[in-house]
Amino acid sequence: MAIGIKPSALRQTRWHEYLIRFALGGLATVFAGAMAKMFGPETGGLFLAFPAIFSASATLVEKHERQRKEKAGLRGTRRGKEAAALDAAGAALGSFGLLAFGAAVWLLAAYSAGLSLLVGSVAWVVVSVCLWSIRRWIGA
Amino acid sequence: MTEYVIRFFVGGFAVSMFAVLGDLFRPKSFAGLFGAAPSVALATLAMAFWNQGPTYAAIEGRSMMIGSLALCLYSIAVCQLTKRYETGALTATLASLILWTAAALGGKWLLLG
Repeated sequence: MAIGIKPSALRQTRWHEYLIRFALGGLATVFAGAMAKMFGPETGGLFLAFPAIFSASATLVEKHERQRKEKAGLRGTRRGKEAAALDAAGAALGSFGLLAFGAAVWLLAAYSAGLSLLVGSVAWVVVSVCLWSIRRWIGA
Repeated sequence: MTEYVIRFFVGGFAVSMFAVLGDLFRPKSFAGLFGAAPSVALATLAMAFWNQGPTYAAIEGRSMMIGSLALCLYSIAVCQLTKRYETGALTATLASLILWTAAALGGKWLLLG
């Protein structure tokens, strides 16, 4: 399947689900800052890759896929879990992109804040998408 | 206190934006890439640059690399639990947090002391 955008998927998500993700994201950022303040940047930095909203996202993916299948008159429990597994497989690849982001900030922070965050973001996209494409290409 | 309030709103916004992108894209394995988006990192590091300076942000970036490897192990664990053992997503993601914590702290201890 080629990469595509499905705007109708946004209608599947209820407003309270957006609110939960916003709150969890906000709390994760506060938590990461608090950890850095308490234990220093070496420990605090670990929490920049903490899977804070992964539970909420994976549960939503599972729920939406299950509902979609049940609407079509099929048993969706298994498909829901498979969708969550695929989501996690994507995140495993994306974590290498996150590693590249961290490396860019580590190496470029001394030169410019904006540049290091920009290069880090581009590195995240490039590494993540390349790894995903390679995985599709080899059929893993 | 004000700093934490700002952190909450900036982080919540960044995480929400990446989550919406994840909802939009297909196939699901591609959308999953956004589960490892640097949303919390962007918000936190931008504030670290602003408040503590580049050296502090660089140290956080270096540790983040260890956290990312822990996230990779975490994601693989969630994938295996849901696919092979048909564990529910909520149980799998919460149980695997133990693995992330052990890998991140263990990795830091091994690599940075």
